[in-house]
Amino acid sequence: MAETHSLQDMRQQAAVAAKVFLQRDYSNGTVCQFQSKFPSELETRIDKQQFEETMQTLNNLYAEAEKLGSQSYIEGCLACLTAYTVFLCMETHYEKVLKKIAKYIQEQNDKIYAPRGLLLTDPIERGLRVIEVTIFEDRSLTR
Amino acid sequence: MKNCEYQQIDPRTLPTPTPTPTPTPHHEPDGDRPEEPKGKPRRKWHVFPGKNRFYCDGRIMVARQSGVLPLTLGLILITSGLFFIFDCPFLVKHLTSCIPVIGGFLFVFVVITLLQTSFTDPGILPRATPDEAADIEKQIDNTGNTSYRPPPRTKEVVINQQVVKLKYCFTCKMFRPPRTSHCSLCDNCVERFDHHCPWVGNCVGKRNYRFFYTFIVSLSFHTAFIFGCVTTHLALRAQGGKGLVFALQESPGRYPLIMKCFNKPLTAVELVICFFSVWSILGLSGFHTYLVASNLTTNEDIKGSWSGKSGEDVTNPYSQRNIFVNCCSVLCGPMPPSLIDRRGFLPADESVQTAGADIELPDLANKSEINVCTQGTKGLLESATLPPLLSTSCPQGKPPTDPTVNFDPSPEISTSCSGARHVHHSRGRASTPRHTKTRSKKNKRAALQMANPSFDVPVSPSSPDAGPSSKARGHKGDSFSHLQ
Repeated sequence: MAETHSLQDMRQQAAVAAKVFLQRDYSNGTVCQFQSKFPSELETRIDKQQFEETMQTLNNLYAEAEKLGSQSYIEGCLACLTAYTVFLCMETHYEKVLKKIAKYIQEQNDKIYAPRGLLLTDPIERGLRVIEVTIFEDRSLTR
Repeated sequence: MKNCEYQQIDPRTLPTPTPTPTPTPHHEPDGDRPEEPKGKPRRKWHVFPGKNRFYCDGRIMVARQSGVLPLTLGLILITSGLFFIFDCPFLVKHLTSCIPVIGGFLFVFVVITLLQTSFTDPGILPRATPDEAADIEKQIDNTGNTSYRPPPRTKEVVINQQVVKLKYCFTCKMFRPPRTSHCSLCDNCVERFDHHCPWVGNCVGKRNYRFFYTFIVSLSFHTAFIFGCVTTHLALRAQGGKGLVFALQESPGRYPLIMKCFNKPLTAVELVICFFSVWSILGLSGFHTYLVASNLTTNEDIKGSWSGKSGEDVTNPYSQRNIFVNCCSVLCGPMPPSLIDRRGFLPADESVQTAGADIELPDLANKSEINVCTQGTKGLLESATLPPLLSTSCPQGKPPTDPTVNFDPSPEISTSCSGARHVHHSRGRASTPRHTKTRSKKNKRAALQMANPSFDVPVSPSSPDAGPSSKARGHKGDSFSHLQ
């Protein structure tokens, strides 16, 4: 029954118990990486390994978005030659990866976090500053 | 009480509590919303807290003060127009017809990159939500007492073996990421902040630096090209087909040329504009090429963050130590997305939250934290009086003022700017963000705010009151999230 709790049901019915914010990790410079330290508030709700795996995947996806590779160089040079008007017509590599990230987060929420009364907010909605994890009150302790 | 005041304001400022998908948005607003088609749903740019103006329903954004952007555009259009009208026909006849083609291509390139620099989001960081701000407050120790402002909050990170201090932004309520600076003219934190350029009427930051660089480089080519063509034109006319020797024998030096200039005042105007522009813009392009090659920003260069002025062995932690790689990463790197989502729709409770977040910001706390580009302000005043002669707006080795203190270099500027800034700050923070566009209402509110002592007293000591006020904020955030 908890599995069929959709995210929307949970948002409407459950009360927010707390919010945990995972800040950015700047040790590698200005690239978008989040601290993957397991917050203590989530200890009772979710497996540490599971959580760290989610974080690692997210960090990898962001690294892929910001990677300086041949594709980004070609895109950059082409854009420069056309006075950057291609940005008006074409979706950039970064945006494509952001869509992938949004899908991944949605999927993780549906499969893993919602059944445990948690909700991950896509960092793009917070300006890529934090990953907000909303902890809902426990309605059903099963699962 | 502040909370009560918000409750009173809310119903009046929110005629349409929920955004509905009736005007065909590109995406559904997140979450499930009840359909209440009462009037137009509001987009996020309506309540954007910074000092920006939006056009075309949020697609185009400029800084509140457009600076001398009209002048820049005007100069480019006039000079190029004169070139095409007066010089091209002669040169096509006497030289080659490639000239208008090249000129036209450069002109289009310049105008497009200028407009992109001016109208693109420079990399503005959206302000922290009340919950985030409360969380950060909790992590910071409260050490000050009630009557004094707390010391500036900083956090240290180690990036590539360099210690970098992250400062807390009192306006945006978050620790600024590395290389991010708060522009007081736009009242936004901008990522990889370079400078606020009055010539383009916008900040130059992470997202539009490549446009800006392309603009100044193409503009240098364009002005040099026009200058060359105009000189050639005048020189050819001066010869009059009789040869250079005859022209020289007729009168000493440049006499024939001056006479021709006298007969062609417009061409002379072009020549003068181009002559002065070429040197200043070439200089600026050279300076920015140096910055790109060393992966520095103007802000860092002026402050001497990585030049080892403090005596320690500091190097730029962001540089890849290779000029080519630096250039590629700055100019050809992936284009980051705009983080402010100005065309997204507002959920009903979020607009209430943004209204709530603004009123509790400390009024005076920002002054010492502001990393404004003085050269922008100073250059604006200079450039307004002296056309392209001195493009000192974009700084070239100006002596840096003390970077930790208020940035007003001269008294007359400081009174007007800091006065304006103070008003702007209290305006920007105290009023409901929905009134970003309506200045008269904000002025009235500012007057009310400054007169009303109940706002001043709890606001100025931010840290000691951070406990209760952050809890209040936290509670407010919680109560609003109930509505989700």
